[in-house]
Amino acid sequence: MTNRNRNVPPLAVSGLTVAYRKKPVLRDVTFEIDERQLVGIIGPNGAGKSTLIKAILGLQPALSGEALIYGKPYKVNRKLVGYVPQRESVDWDFPTSALDVVMMGRYGHLGLFRRPGARERELAMDCLDKVGMADFAHRQISQLSGGQQQRVFLARALAQDATLYFMDEPFAGVDAATEKAIVTLLNELKRNGKTVLVVHHDLATVADYFDSVLLLNGEVIACGPTETTFTPERLQQAYGGKLAFVARSEREPAGAAGNGR
Amino acid sequence: MSGFWIMLTGALVATCCAVLGCFLVLRRMALVGDAISHAVLPGIAIAFLVSGSRGSFFMLLGAALVGFVAVFLIQLFQSGGVQSDASIGVVFTALFAVGVVLISLNARNIDLDLDCVLFGEIAYVQWNTLEFGALSLGPKAVWLLGLTLLVIAAVVSLFYKQFKLCAFDPALAAALGIPVAVFHYLLMGLVSMATVSSFESVGAVLVVGLLVIPPAAAYLLTDRLGTMIGLAVVIGIVSSVAGYGAAVWLDASIAGCMVCAAGVQFALAFLFSPSHGLVTRRRRLRAAALGGRAG
Repeated sequence: MTNRNRNVPPLAVSGLTVAYRKKPVLRDVTFEIDERQLVGIIGPNGAGKSTLIKAILGLQPALSGEALIYGKPYKVNRKLVGYVPQRESVDWDFPTSALDVVMMGRYGHLGLFRRPGARERELAMDCLDKVGMADFAHRQISQLSGGQQQRVFLARALAQDATLYFMDEPFAGVDAATEKAIVTLLNELKRNGKTVLVVHHDLATVADYFDSVLLLNGEVIACGPTETTFTPERLQQAYGGKLAFVARSEREPAGAAGNGR
Repeated sequence: MSGFWIMLTGALVATCCAVLGCFLVLRRMALVGDAISHAVLPGIAIAFLVSGSRGSFFMLLGAALVGFVAVFLIQLFQSGGVQSDASIGVVFTALFAVGVVLISLNARNIDLDLDCVLFGEIAYVQWNTLEFGALSLGPKAVWLLGLTLLVIAAVVSLFYKQFKLCAFDPALAAALGIPVAVFHYLLMGLVSMATVSSFESVGAVLVVGLLVIPPAAAYLLTDRLGTMIGLAVVIGIVSSVAGYGAAVWLDASIAGCMVCAAGVQFALAFLFSPSHGLVTRRRRLRAAALGGRAG
């Protein structure tokens, strides 16, 4: 970490435009993320939150614009990035164990031909231990609960040993214990100097979990520290008044938590 | 001796198909294997017309090429908005029909009949031997299939982790810098190669059975990918040996009996698998219910 220029942000996106079959999903998205931040990506359904992550990681082609990871294209700095896809994106009936899934996080570091060995196994066990899943290492993954599956995904991202993490809805459909485990993990990552971007839906917890927020709805509504950015007005703007009922019921706790900080 | 060669040929076909079939089944692409095995027919016909011989290198190349074209067309139609099952159906039936037309047009002057292409002639495998001077080196089909198996085993074991991750989580694979499309086409290329090497012995229709049934049965028996591939190979080899035995006993189609044997094994796995079996699960449920009542 010493050789990295401190002035270079972990993530700088400029003028990013993405379209699915001619329908623009993201328009001219520009923002920068500072180091050691837990960033919530907030916005209504169809706002392009997952698309943003996929475009940054080169999984979805962009029409224009660029995303720089520590000042370089993703292809160059790939190994500095960890990725947690949505849990539903994979087939959990796949014949493999939790430990095996976590070891997949090391595949990028292994090169073309090398197979995962004892070292990878040990590292994967450590990662499983960090998310409290060491006892389930040899379970077939379909026998895990939703929350446990999510933790396995998080352990796999830890195994990637990155400094910048993207997590696509890690809190979706998990139990309270897992939610707490994820929050603890996020804070530990931050303590270790990592930067984490999290797609998040529960507006009530945003102020408690994140240092910064990126409000998104096709374009960037606002990006900055949670206290000043996660305001009822901006939220209303991001959700376009369409979710007036949600905005009204969430307004009080969101505003209160924001003021409390 | 003839029985030995037939069983060996069948076992080689089954092994090639089982290894690749596991990845197809896990990627929910079993029907793409079906499509390829049919779509290569025009490639086989054209290569046969050009080179004038069966089981030649040309034929392998021509058919593999058409296999690629088929996979490419399926993808093209899908991304163009055609439903995925419809685009598979369109591509493989159309290409297969082209092959049928080509063969029937030339049926008078060439030694390649439709029955052989569709159902194989594994019984004749032993007569078509590879000669080296005065030395007979055994059936050509065995050499061709052996070579195919060698290529498949080498590629899959070299790139095992890539194939596995592309099957389980293509998004992460791409994010890690694994060229997902390259490995997709590599797998499809191997499937075309296996299909073409097998068509002479078991035919275009029955090869699908060996591509899908043993992996589907193995899937029910284990929770590990490596074990699944191993079990699929064992089931395939048992199908070939048991199928030949049944065919001799019944005096029936050998390739047909081989795929039937695979089907029987699948039925057994479906009913009695220790983890997923229908009967086993029901018995466990009943035991749990009785245990609950007793407790």
